[in-house]
Amino acid sequence: MSFLIFLLLVLVLASAVWTVLATQLLHSAIALALTSVLLSIVMFAFQSPWAAVFELSVCAGLITVVFISTISMTRHYSIEEEQARATSRLKRFIWLPVVLVFICVGMSFMMPGPSPFPSLPAPTTLDMRQVLWGLRRYDMLGQILVILAGIFGVVVLFKPKKREK
Amino acid sequence: MVTSAALFWLAGVVTLLLAITAIYCIIVSRNLIRILIGVEIMTKAATLLLVAAGVVSGRTALAQALIITLIVVEVVVIAVAAGVVVGSYQHTHDMDVRNLRDLKG
Repeated sequence: MSFLIFLLLVLVLASAVWTVLATQLLHSAIALALTSVLLSIVMFAFQSPWAAVFELSVCAGLITVVFISTISMTRHYSIEEEQARATSRLKRFIWLPVVLVFICVGMSFMMPGPSPFPSLPAPTTLDMRQVLWGLRRYDMLGQILVILAGIFGVVVLFKPKKREK
Repeated sequence: MVTSAALFWLAGVVTLLLAITAIYCIIVSRNLIRILIGVEIMTKAATLLLVAAGVVSGRTALAQALIITLIVVEVVVIAVAAGVVVGSYQHTHDMDVRNLRDLKG
């Protein structure tokens, strides 16, 4: 189990690095969806199935569709322009793997300390639905307001312009 | 058998690396969509830390409720930001973030 979690976390990190380093935007969007899928598997392994289902359906599905739609609505470069941009990007992003390896080596010298939650009382046995609808009910109100604000924002952004007189 | 402290440490290291990847992407990228992708990776790091804290402290229900709230906020932010990106493209006919410096009003 511990090796599986370690492997999944390494795959999540590798997928995120691929997302950043991919030369084409479409590949980046697909790699981001793969990161979400791997993260949802980590959530299943961490006994959080509801959050995993949300991550899988919303982040790996809906947000990928939003990104691919945005990419398709914007400019497509020619092969020559794409190659020139890829070379320029490689120069700017070449330090990312170096930075990550440097931090990995530095963190490997730090041993894990005691549990970061030593003084907490015994965990409660509340179900996720009881927490969401009971303890955190005002979060639901905030979520509804955020969704309404998002709908209003998208409607305003895509509102057709009035003809100038 | 892995201890809870070691599990949280491992998840914390991966969270830190994900956050550095995202910050690097946001700082270095010039394409607006890539900056949004960096923001997405940053929220993935926050989600991973929340789920690890939930399983280590034994409060997975509370962590899941917070993660669902985070996902809802994330979707709204990305949808509105994608609309802003498309609007900026229609205005400047380019995806370069440096063109936004010319915006007025």
